[in-house]
Amino acid sequence: MSRQTARPTDSRKVSAELFTLTYGALVSQLLKDYENDDDVNKQLEKIGYNIGIRAIEDFLARSNVTRCNDFRETADVISKIAFKMFLGISPAVTNWSPAGDEFSLLIENNPLTDFVELPEGHNKLNYSCVLCGALKGALEMVQLEVDVKIVQDQLKGDNVTELRVKFIKRLEDAIPAGED
Amino acid sequence: MTIHNLYIFDKKGTCLYYGEWHRKKRSGISKDEELKLMYGMLFSIKSFANRISPTDLKEGFTSFRTNNYKCHFYETPSGLKFVMNTDVPVGNIKDDLHQLYSSIYVEYVVKNPMCDMDKTVQSELFKNKLDEYVRSLAYFPLSKS
Repeated sequence: MSRQTARPTDSRKVSAELFTLTYGALVSQLLKDYENDDDVNKQLEKIGYNIGIRAIEDFLARSNVTRCNDFRETADVISKIAFKMFLGISPAVTNWSPAGDEFSLLIENNPLTDFVELPEGHNKLNYSCVLCGALKGALEMVQLEVDVKIVQDQLKGDNVTELRVKFIKRLEDAIPAGED
Repeated sequence: MTIHNLYIFDKKGTCLYYGEWHRKKRSGISKDEELKLMYGMLFSIKSFANRISPTDLKEGFTSFRTNNYKCHFYETPSGLKFVMNTDVPVGNIKDDLHQLYSSIYVEYVVKNPMCDMDKTVQSELFKNKLDEYVRSLAYFPLSKS
């Protein structure tokens, strides 16, 4: 006889609300600790970076993607596979620069900011900049140095949250001593 | 069929883990030297194979074979290198090494915030799970030869 169970089949799924609340609690605590919006932004980015350098391994393990051939492929993988895997959303990839070294990710339904409103006096807070840090950290671990900034923010009145990703340079593997 | 040993290196060449199951002969040099030698050799072979390749590469260097053992190599895009020495009849074990990466390294090291990813892995849990996994592989012998 099979056992009926009400538990979800994937024990890894956590309620999306719990995720949003946890992140909100983290940001609130940082605001109390640091008081200054710029410092909080820096901390969020650092936290994001530390998440990114580990999340990349989880991503590579589960998604089986191989090295991308160019930056456009990287953008597609980030948007269609990575964001989908971790946040369940697929931001649009747009606004490519003419040189092909910068693009934007447009996020409409940001799970981090469900139910969130920025409090008075905190207009410089980049609430979602943990995503910037995470992208930077993750890409650094696959030899890509990028700069990621929030250029539009739904919490500040814009229609979408826009992350601008700029390619800086390729990082080379560390060569062992004695090799050339 | 036999599994002799396993090395895990990060992209800087630090040895994150070394495990041994059936090794009859020592290399004659200190452990540190052996690790440096292994890493340096792999780096060179990989670079050599890529350069000399007469056609487009898909995976690049995956293994080398002598008359007594086979050395298998698997590298993730994040620069993590898994090196396993088995005996000669063992075929391509890339899937097993990937499995080791995804279900053991990622689960027990990457996802553990207390594990420093830049140093040799200290976690007993990781070592036990890895040992269990290696012993469960089809080409790990059932009895000592």
